[in-house]
Formats: sequence, structure tokens, C-alpha cells
Amino acid sequence: MARLAACGLLLFMAAISMAWAEGLEVTVADPYLELHTGPGRGFPIVNVVERGATVRVLKRRTDWFQVVDTDGREGWVHRSQMAATLVPAGERMEVDDPAREDFGAHRREVGLLIGDFGGSNVVTAYGAYAFNEHLAGEFALSHLLGNFSDGQIASIGVTHVPRPDWRIQPFLSIGTGMIRIQPKGTLVQTEDRTDQLAYAGVGVRAYLARRFIVRGEYKEYVVFTDRDENEEAIEWKIGFAFFF
Amino acid sequence: MENRIRILFLIGLLAMAGCSHMPWRNDEPAEGPPPSEQAGETPVVIEPQVERREVKPAKIDTENWEAGAYVGSLSVEDFEVNIVYGARIAYHINEDFFAEGIVGTSDAGLSSFERLSGGAPLLTDSERQFTYYSLGFGWNVLPGEIFLGGKRAYNSAVYLTLGGGGTRFAGGDRFTLTAGAGARVLIRDWLALHLDMRDHVMEIDVLGANKTSHNFEATLSLTAFF
Repeated sequence: MARLAACGLLLFMAAISMAWAEGLEVTVADPYLELHTGPGRGFPIVNVVERGATVRVLKRRTDWFQVVDTDGREGWVHRSQMAATLVPAGERMEVDDPAREDFGAHRREVGLLIGDFGGSNVVTAYGAYAFNEHLAGEFALSHLLGNFSDGQIASIGVTHVPRPDWRIQPFLSIGTGMIRIQPKGTLVQTEDRTDQLAYAGVGVRAYLARRFIVRGEYKEYVVFTDRDENEEAIEWKIGFAFFF
Repeated sequence: MENRIRILFLIGLLAMAGCSHMPWRNDEPAEGPPPSEQAGETPVVIEPQVERREVKPAKIDTENWEAGAYVGSLSVEDFEVNIVYGARIAYHINEDFFAEGIVGTSDAGLSSFERLSGGAPLLTDSERQFTYYSLGFGWNVLPGEIFLGGKRAYNSAVYLTLGGGGTRFAGGDRFTLTAGAGARVLIRDWLALHLDMRDHVMEIDVLGANKTSHNFEATLSLTAFF
């Protein structure tokens, strides 16, 4: 039994080392490939690999690729240099490099916003999926933190971007969702309320760098209560998002 | 002698074979149009003898996510210092910036008032639990290396973080701003050790008047890149 387990372990380790041995092999096309000790511009260059030599790419962290050359020397290479290496077919290696041109043409966006909802603080996490350059669907979860009550909002909506080619893009949004309000127990004895709401808003999102967006928005909410009058609330938020 | 003759013979043979491939040889008959121009016939396309290598799209393991757990001590203002446990996830946007989310929990102790007055406790046990989350961003302000002895070097970074979130304590959720600084040391390429200091700032009214409470925390965490 122990021998079987040992065999299993050996096989497992072999599988791992085989997976490790994979990875893309590329040929250096720049005069030199500079190997840094770490994934950052400040880390010193300890080795260079000459043009024509082959290196294996182990992993990528942000803009840096960890490579190992045929002598087993490891190091980190910047994206700009990796883009000048050749894959086995002799073509340039394609390096995914999200840039300004991709902003507006992206599909997915995830972000975090902080602001004010009718006098309460609000923290919102949202995800968006673009159906085309102009129109996107959004799902958002908000946490309301007020002095007299807490609450949550879950909402879905659509946003429209009239000019996806601009660096600073205004947008319009409408949507609906549910709000749950829990008054702070020690102050007033009221029950939790869950109501439907709807919103319309305007906002602006701007490209910062790489996958980074800064986003601000203003929304007007109507809460459909079961009392005689509906409630209205104004919300503004600002935050960051990534696209991918 | 016989060998020398054989070598001469072979050289002659090689030279003839070589010459037959030289560009100045013109074996083609000069008259008559080239085959492709003959009416009704499809042009002859040369089939390359070299097979094109299949190229797979670059499947490179990207490691921009980092997740892990931490343990440390949290000073809940007016409610003693206690052990805090938490989890942390981060996404590295580039070498300078990352986004991070943290959740943590701790059991607050007794306030000095409760201890000295000897009266009924201000909070129930469940209200005494201090649970927070924070979503925010970090900036690797001082990237570098640290050295252990003469032979070991580890990549490291000192970073600043700022985030917003909520804290559940004393029977209510409160908006909380979290500011901190930390140091990260990469023990392996995929494993990091962090030492973090954070301040959770919120408005609280447990002891009568509303006041801004600062809740400092120092934690040690182990995270893995994936």
C-alpha cells in the first residue's frame, strides 16, 4: 500500500514537473534580453541573453515575464522587450497590452465606488458587461451606512455611452432594483423595509492607465413604498474600475 | 594510390552534381510559352516541402491575483486590544498599483467604564464582535530587495493602502475608512509574507456622544499569487 502511495506521489510529481516544463519557448530578437532580479523597473539587471538564444517563459506578473534561459538562469523581462521576441513559427510574440485604444471597446468592467446616498454613506461594488461599444448592462451591490439606519441595494440597469472613442466618456444610466432598510434598533422601534426602486443617472468615466478607469456618477432614485407617497433620494459616488 | 584516385573521382562527381544546380544552367527549352500561360490549364503551384509548425496562442501563466489570510492584534477604541483574524485578496494592476479587499473579525473586550463601574455590560456578546470589510487600493511606494545574510535576497515592497467599507460593531453597521501601510516580502515567487498596519476610522456613539473612533491593527499575513 505504501509503495502504491509512493508511486502515486511520484507520478503526481512527474505530472507537476511536466506541467512546469511546458510554457512558451521564444527566440530573442532584440540585441539583448535584459533579465531583472524582480518584476519591477528598479530591480537590477543581473543577466542578459543574446539575440538568437532561446528562453522559456515561465509566468507573467503584471507587465513582467519570468523567463529561464538554456543555462537555467532565471530573470524577469519587461513586456516591451518580450514583444520583440519570436515564437517558434518565427512571428513576433503577441503580448496582451491593454491600452488607451481598448478603452471604450472593452467588454467587462469591475469597479468600486464610494459616496453619499440620501445622507448616508454608501459603498458600491459593480460589474458591467458591454453588449456593444455604446450599451452595457450593469449589476451593482451597495451597502448603505447611515446614522439612523443601514441598508443594502441590489440593482440592475443599462448604461449608454454616446462617445466611446473619447478619453473622458459621459454616460447615461437607468435601472431598477431592491432596497432594504434596517433602522438602528436602539433609536426607534420600526421594522425592516424592503421596497423596489428605480433610478436614472448621469456619470463620467475616464481612462487613467493600462486597465484603469476613474468613474463618478450622480443618480436620482425613486423608492416605491407601500405608503401613500414614494420616497426620493439623490446619490453621488466616485471610484475606480478596471476593464478587461 | 588507389585511395587518392577514388577521392579525385568523388570530387569530380560532386563538382558535376553541384554545377547542375547552378543558376546559369538553363535546361529549359528556350522556345514555347511557360506552362502557366497555356490556355485552359490551371497554373502549377509549387507545393512547399517544409511543413508549417502549428502555433498555439501564448498560454502563459499570469499571476496577478494574490489571496491569503492574516492574524494580528486589533485595538478597538475603548474596548481593549484583541486578536483579529482576516482574509485578504488583491489584484495587481501594474508594478505600482493594486486593488485589495479585506475582511476581518475580532471579539472586543470590556471598556474601562464597564470594568470600573462593575455594572451591567454595555454590549451583549454578539454586539461585542467587531467585524469589518474594506475595499480599496494600494501603491507600492518603495519596491526593493531585502537581504538575509550574504547569500539570500528576497524581493520586497513597502506599500500604502486606502479603502472604504463597513464595520459591524455595537449593534450597527458603520461606514469605515481604512488607511494603512504594509511591507511585503516574497519568500518564493508565488508566496508572500506581509506585515500590515491599518487604522479603521469610523463614527461611533456607544459611550453617549458621537465621536470619531480610531481602531489600529497590526497583522501578519501569508498570501499566495495565482
